[in-house]
Amino acid sequence: MSADPSIQAASGVHTLWTHAAEAPSIEFLQLSPALIVLGAAVVAVLVEAFAPRSARYALQVGLSALALAGALAAVIGLAAGGWATEKAAVIGIGSLALDGPALFLQGVILAVGLVSVGTFAERRLEPVAHGARVDSFAAQPAAVPGGPGEREAIKAGWTTTEIFPLLLFAVGGMLLFPAANDLLTLFIALEVFSLPLYLLCALSRRRRLLSQEAAVKYFLLGAFSSAFLIFGIALLYGYAGTVSYAGIAAVVDGSVENPSPALAAAMGNDALLLVGAALVLMGLLFKVGAVPFHMWTPDVYQGAPTPVTGFMAAATKVAAFGALLRLLYVVLPGLSWDWRPVLWGVAILSMVVGAIVAITQTDVKRLLAYSSIAHAGFILAGVVAVNPQGISSVLFYLLAYSFVTLGAFAVVTLVRDAGGEATHLSKWAGLGRRSPLVAAVFAIFLLAFAGIPLTSGFVGKFAVFKAAAEGGAGVLVVVGVLSSAVAAFFYLRVIVLMFFSEPAAEGPTVAIPSVLTKATIGIAVAATLLLGVLPQYFLDLATQAGVFVR
Amino acid sequence: MADTSFPLLTATAVLPALGAVATAAVPAARRDAAKWLALVVSLGTLALAAWIALAFDPGGARYQLTESRSWIADFGVRYELGVDGIGVAMIGLTALLIPFIIAAGWHDADPLEDASPNRRWRPTQGFFALILMVEAMVIISFAATDVFLFYIFFEAMLIPMYFLIGGFGDRAHSAGEAEGAKQRSYAAVKFLLYNLVGGLVMLAAVIGLYVVTADQLGQGTFSMQQIAEARAAGELTMATNIERLLFLGFFLAFAIKAPLWPLHTWLPNAMGESTAPVAVLITAVVDKVGTFAMLRFCLGLFPEASAWATPAVIALALVSIIYGALLAIGQRDIKRLVAYASISHFGFIVLGIFAMTSQGQGGATLYMVFHGLSTAALMLVAGFLISRRGSRLISDYGGVQKVAPVLAGTFLVGGLATLSLPGLAPFISEFLVLVGTFSRYPAAGIVATVGIVLAAVYVLLLYQRTMTGPVDKPEIERLPDLRPRELAVVAPLIALLIFLGLFPKPLTDIVNPAVEHTLSDVRKTDPEPALPEVEAAK
Repeated sequence: MSADPSIQAASGVHTLWTHAAEAPSIEFLQLSPALIVLGAAVVAVLVEAFAPRSARYALQVGLSALALAGALAAVIGLAAGGWATEKAAVIGIGSLALDGPALFLQGVILAVGLVSVGTFAERRLEPVAHGARVDSFAAQPAAVPGGPGEREAIKAGWTTTEIFPLLLFAVGGMLLFPAANDLLTLFIALEVFSLPLYLLCALSRRRRLLSQEAAVKYFLLGAFSSAFLIFGIALLYGYAGTVSYAGIAAVVDGSVENPSPALAAAMGNDALLLVGAALVLMGLLFKVGAVPFHMWTPDVYQGAPTPVTGFMAAATKVAAFGALLRLLYVVLPGLSWDWRPVLWGVAILSMVVGAIVAITQTDVKRLLAYSSIAHAGFILAGVVAVNPQGISSVLFYLLAYSFVTLGAFAVVTLVRDAGGEATHLSKWAGLGRRSPLVAAVFAIFLLAFAGIPLTSGFVGKFAVFKAAAEGGAGVLVVVGVLSSAVAAFFYLRVIVLMFFSEPAAEGPTVAIPSVLTKATIGIAVAATLLLGVLPQYFLDLATQAGVFVR
Repeated sequence: MADTSFPLLTATAVLPALGAVATAAVPAARRDAAKWLALVVSLGTLALAAWIALAFDPGGARYQLTESRSWIADFGVRYELGVDGIGVAMIGLTALLIPFIIAAGWHDADPLEDASPNRRWRPTQGFFALILMVEAMVIISFAATDVFLFYIFFEAMLIPMYFLIGGFGDRAHSAGEAEGAKQRSYAAVKFLLYNLVGGLVMLAAVIGLYVVTADQLGQGTFSMQQIAEARAAGELTMATNIERLLFLGFFLAFAIKAPLWPLHTWLPNAMGESTAPVAVLITAVVDKVGTFAMLRFCLGLFPEASAWATPAVIALALVSIIYGALLAIGQRDIKRLVAYASISHFGFIVLGIFAMTSQGQGGATLYMVFHGLSTAALMLVAGFLISRRGSRLISDYGGVQKVAPVLAGTFLVGGLATLSLPGLAPFISEFLVLVGTFSRYPAAGIVATVGIVLAAVYVLLLYQRTMTGPVDKPEIERLPDLRPRELAVVAPLIALLIFLGLFPKPLTDIVNPAVEHTLSDVRKTDPEPALPEVEAAK
C-alpha cells in the first residue's frame, strides 16, 4: 500500500485516481479468497457458454466445490498466517480490510457456500422427468410458466446449471461485503451478491409464479434499500469528503489534522452525518432482515427455491451483519450515542415482532423466515453491546446460526408430496411416526433455534446476551429472554405436530436424498451439537478474531 | 482442587446417559431386550449411587467427590461437580426410584398393535431411553456446583420430560382416544412453557450473576466454591437491589419447577395426563431439582435476598399447603388428586427451607426424599389400579379391597405415608419441618398444621371412595389383584417407608452437616427457644 487513504481523503478523491500513473500494488495473496471465487465464477460462465449441456452439471458442481473449498483453504491459511490478528491490515488500496472479523466471516460464508453446493446440486428429490434426474430449479427459467417452452425444456431434461456461477458470484460479493473498508466497495459488494440472489430466487422448478413474485418483491425492495444506501453514502461523502472508513471515522471523531477549507466547512454539518448514517444503516438492516425493514423476508423465503432460501438465510445474514458490525465499530463508534438507542429499538422490535408474528404462521418456510427476523434481533442485541465481547459473540452466533439454518432448510426440501415440497405445517403432522429420523433431526434444529441448552443456539444466545448485559443493555436481555420464550412456543408447536399428532391420511412422503443433502444435514447436525457441547475452541476463535483493523 | 481419582459423580450420570443411547438403539422387534437393558442400567446407576453414599464422609469437607475441569473458559464456566449431604440424599433418591419407575412402566409403552408405519418407530425403546436420559440429567443437576452447568441440565431435562408427557399416556382415556391425545399434548406444552419461561428468566439472572462477578472479581465465574470464597473474603459484595433481582430470577424458575402456588397449574395437567410412572418421575424426581436448587443456589448465592424474601415465600408456601390440600379434597380424578397433594407437600418443603432453622431445612431435605418414596408408592399403585379399570375417575371405583386386597392394602399404606402417619417415614420429616417453622415463625407453624388435617381428609376420602363399600360395578368384580411384577415394585417402597420411619438416622447423619453449612451460608443460627413449650416439643 503506497499511502494511507485517510490522508488522501482530504483531497476528496480516491488514491487510485490521483495516482493513476503509478501501478497500484495489489496484495494478490491476501485477496486470494475473493479472487478464487470470483475467478471461478467467470470460468463457470464460460463453461455455460462453451461446454456441452450434458457435461455442464458435473463440471459446474466440481468447479464450484473446488473453488469454494480452495477459497476456504486460503482463508484458513491467511488466518493461520496471522492475518487475522497481528498482521491484520487494510489491503486493496484501502478498499478492503483483512482482519479477524473479515476472515472469520469469510470462512463461515465459504463453508455455507460449500455446503450449499450440495443442496443446489441435489437431484434425487424431484421425480425423474422424462428419464432425466432434475434438481429443484426451473428447467428453463426464461420460458413462461406452464407454457409450451417450459414443457419442451422439461421434456428435454434441461436443467439450469447457471445456478452455480450465480452462487459463486453471490459468495464472492458476500466475501467482500464484511471486509469492505470504504463505502463504495461496500455498495459494490452489496450489488454483486444481491443481483445473483434476486435471480436465484426466481428459479424454482415448482410453483414458479410464487417464485417469480418473490424475486420481483426482493428485487424491488432490495433496489429501494440500495438506493437508500447509496444516498446515505453520498451524504456521508458530503460530510467527510471521503468514502474510506478510517477517513470518515477520523472526521466523526474530529481528529483530522489540517482539514481542507472545504472539508472544514462541511465538518460541522451534523445533519449530513446523521441522515447519511441513518440511510446507510437502513440499507444494511434491510439485508439483515430486521424490523421494520423485514417485509420482504417471509415472501422471499417462501417463494425462493428452498436450497436458495437456506443459502440466502444463512450467508446473507452473516455477510450483512459483518458489514454492519464494521460500519458501526469502525466508522461510527464516535456516533454510538446516536445509533445505540435506535438499534436498541430495532433489536427489541425485531425480537418481539419476529417471535409473535411467527406464532400465527402455517407454512414452515414462512415460520423460519419470521424466526430469522427474531434471530436478527438477538444478534443485534450483541451488536449494540459496543464492547469486544459484542463482536466475538456476534461472530459466534452467526457461525452457529448459519449451520442450523442450512440444516433446517435442507430438511424442508425432503418433506414432499405430489406438488413438490409440502411446506404447509398441517402436512407435517405425524412426521415423527413416518420418519422418526428426519423428524428428530428437524427437532434438533428447532431446539437450537429455540436456544435449548446443549445446542449451538443456546451458546450463541448466551454469548450475545452476556455481551449485551456487560455493555449495560440489561433491558435488552430481559426482552430477549421473554421473546425467546415466545419463540420457543412456536418451535415447539412444530415438534408437537411432528411427534404427537396423528399422521394425516394423505400425508407427505420423505424423499430419500443423495449423499449431497445427507452430507449437508449431517454437517449441520454435527455443528449444532459440537458448538453446543464443546464451544470453547470456536469461542476462542471468535474472541481472537474480534478485533477490527482501522 | 482437581481430583485425579475415579470421577464417580460423572460416572453415575454418564452410565444412564449411555444406557439411554443403547436402549434407543435396540431394534424394534427386541422390545423386551430394551426394557431389561434399561432396568439393568438403572440398577447399575443405583449401585454407583450407593457407592457415592458410602464414599461420602458426613463429617468431612462440605463438597466431596469433587471434579473440576475447564469447560467454556470464555464464559467462566467450569465442569464442576461435588456433593454435600443433601446432594447425596437426592442422588440416592433418584437412583433408587428410577428402577421402580421402569419396572412399573414395563408395559406402558408397548405398541397397541404392530401396525406401525415405519420400522424405525420404536416407542417402547424411546420411552425407556427418555427415562434414563432424565435420570442422567437430574443426577448432573444434583451434583453440579457450577451454576451454569446446573442451568444447562436444569433446562435440557425439559425436553425428554416433554416427550415423556406428550408421547405416552394412559391406554384408555376417559374422554376418548382423540380427546386424550389432545389433552396430553396440551399438558406437555403447558409443562414446557411454564418451565421454559422460568428457565429463561433464570437465564437472564445467570447472565446477571456473570456480570456481577466479572465486575468485581475481574473474571466472571459460576463456581459456587469460588463465589463463596470471594464472598467470605469480602471481594464480592452484591448491591442489595441487584442481589434481590437475581434472587427473584432464580427463585421464579425453581418455584415453577417445585411447584409453588400460584405457579403450580402445570403440575395437575402433566401428572394427570402422563402415565403413573412418568407422573412419579415428575413429582418425585424432577420437581425435587427445584426445591434442591432453592437450598443450594437461592440460599447459597443470595443469602441477604433470601432473608429479605422469606416472609413472602413463607406466605406462598402456606397458601400452597392449604390450597393444594383443599383442591385435592375436591378432585374427581385420582392422579390429579395426587398432584394437588404433591403441591401441598411441596409447600411444606419450601416452608422448611425458608424457615431457616436446622430442623426446618433438615426436615425439608428428608421431606424431599420421603415424599419421593411415599408419592411413588401411592401413585404407582394408583397407576396399577387405573390400568386395570381404564379410568382415572374416583367415581368409577368402589369396594376394590374386597376383590383385590393386596392392591388395596398397599394403596392404603401409600396413602397413610402421604398423610404422614407416625411410624412411616414422612411423619418424621413433616414433624421436623413444623418444629423448625414453629421455633421461628409460630403463626406459620400453626397454619401449616392445618395441612396435616386436610391431608388426612383427602387421603382417607380417596381410600373410602375407591376401596371400601359394596362392589356394585361389574368391572370391579373382575379386577385382578397385584401381579408379582407390581408387587415387586411396591413392596420395597413400602418396606423403605417403614424402615426409614423407624430408623432415619443413616439419612439424617448424612443430611445434617450439609444443612448446617447451608444455614451458615445465610448466616442464620437456630433461634434460642423462647418458650418452654417449644422446648418440650423438640
